[in-house]
Amino acid sequence: MKHLLGVEDLTRADIEELLDLADSFLEVTQRDIAKVPALRGRTVATMFFEDSTRTKLSFETAAKRLSADTLSFSVSTSSVKKGESLKDTAQTVEAMGADAIVVRHSSSGAPHRVAGWVNASVVNAGDGWHGHPTQALLDAFTLRRHRGPSLDGLRVLIAGDVKHSRVARSDVHVLTTLGAQVTVCGPPTLLPGATEGWPVTITHDLDDALCDTDVVYLLRIQRERQDAALFPTLREYTARWGLTDERAARLKPDVLVMHPGPMNRGVEISSAVADSPRSLILEQVSNGVAVRMGVLFKLLAGDAGAGGGSRAAGAGTATGAAGTRDVTGQGASR
Amino acid sequence: MAASTPASSGATPSPGAPAPERGLSVAQAPVVDATVVHDRVAHDAVARAAPIDTVTVLTVDDVRRALTRIGHEIVERNQGAERIVLIGLYSKGDVLARRLAAAIEGFEGVAVPVGTLDVSFYRDDIGLRPVRPAGPTDVAFPIDGRVVVLVDDVLYTGRTIRAALDALTDLGRPRAVQLAVLVDRGHRELPIRPDFVGKNLPTHVTEDVRVTVTDAGTDDGVVLVKGAPA
Repeated sequence: MKHLLGVEDLTRADIEELLDLADSFLEVTQRDIAKVPALRGRTVATMFFEDSTRTKLSFETAAKRLSADTLSFSVSTSSVKKGESLKDTAQTVEAMGADAIVVRHSSSGAPHRVAGWVNASVVNAGDGWHGHPTQALLDAFTLRRHRGPSLDGLRVLIAGDVKHSRVARSDVHVLTTLGAQVTVCGPPTLLPGATEGWPVTITHDLDDALCDTDVVYLLRIQRERQDAALFPTLREYTARWGLTDERAARLKPDVLVMHPGPMNRGVEISSAVADSPRSLILEQVSNGVAVRMGVLFKLLAGDAGAGGGSRAAGAGTATGAAGTRDVTGQGASR
Repeated sequence: MAASTPASSGATPSPGAPAPERGLSVAQAPVVDATVVHDRVAHDAVARAAPIDTVTVLTVDDVRRALTRIGHEIVERNQGAERIVLIGLYSKGDVLARRLAAAIEGFEGVAVPVGTLDVSFYRDDIGLRPVRPAGPTDVAFPIDGRVVVLVDDVLYTGRTIRAALDALTDLGRPRAVQLAVLVDRGHRELPIRPDFVGKNLPTHVTEDVRVTVTDAGTDDGVVLVKGAPA
């Protein structure tokens, strides 16, 4: 695996391998010394063209716990302000020695474009409305830890602004690939226009849908959308599609609540629900570090000669690498 | 580690080949000679028949005796079992560590803590070959001030043990670290030596040592595969 650009490329086996890796890294993150030397000498750059708190911090923490060096880039303080193009910016970052580039961009497909311009591994950290692969992986990971080992038949309700949500798109793919039954719920104006072939059940009635689910996954209402008059007022949105205290009180005791953050407390989720024992929201954040460690490790070290990193290239000649593989084939490199 | 072989494919032993040992599983061994005719009866015993150029090194009884002896040696060396913790390395050392702990508890009456260590993230060949952890590290007890006995199935180059020593350092500061292995096959590439050995087995680098161990101890064995395919 060279890049992680979207979850569409991932098979069930790929996803399960990444989640198994995250299991190993979760143990690492819980140690007193939460650091392993796995990616020593490698460099991970974060290139965020959109605001982010948790994803950027999470990737940088993950890289540091793998002993990789990190380069950080944010638009507001960069030459993008002077008009530097995406291509030039990406190639500049790679020229600094980045082995992996983590890209967030408001345009769908930007990470794909970057992957075509550089030799480094590219990780999509959210692109437009398209996808947010590591968020979907960490959501699946969190659910697997609570309802695993298998998600087969698990009922997941994704509620809110599905139309503009890259998280929803990636989550639907990953969760259904793992066997979960996904229902999406929201006002018609906030659901995608074309949903044929999408492996989900669609409903507009939250109260009805809440009766019949194991997990409620709330999406952020993007306040900037309010100008487009997709719903009348925030208060009316909350009344019909928010997880209020009253609705939470009617949930079965073992129903879990998730949210990708950042939350609008009091809009799509009440403050009390967000802080309740059934909420996995903070656990999602801490699991995110382990999952991203798994992704970076898989891309930069999971395969022989993967990532085109300086270490793999410099440490062995072609014959040396071939010899190593031979030994591995015998299971003899103990 | 072992290459997988379809469960149904079994090599028919040719005349003169050693008869398969009772209870010895070599189901994971590859069919070395591709020209061997497959017996489609596919009876379980046939499916487990040894490929023609393997040599049984330790039988199920040999493994049991070796583990019992190593258990005694560990306790003798450390004047008791109170300070000892056993940490097995994936993916067979963990089973061996549990077996050793059971043996020690049997004759010494002390329940020795047992952990499992994954050294994938400490290996020196990351990026040179596929590295995939067998499972998470599970050491649920402090190792500070204890005598850690690392347990693995085969000691070869010593690079895995080097990685394990680094991994241990991140978990704490043991009083001492000792090494127990079921088979020492030589060819060390680092200054590492075992403290407790089940069997010293001189090998050629083209040969392969295959270990089968189970928690139940009913299906154990070590075979040497001659001239394993490159």
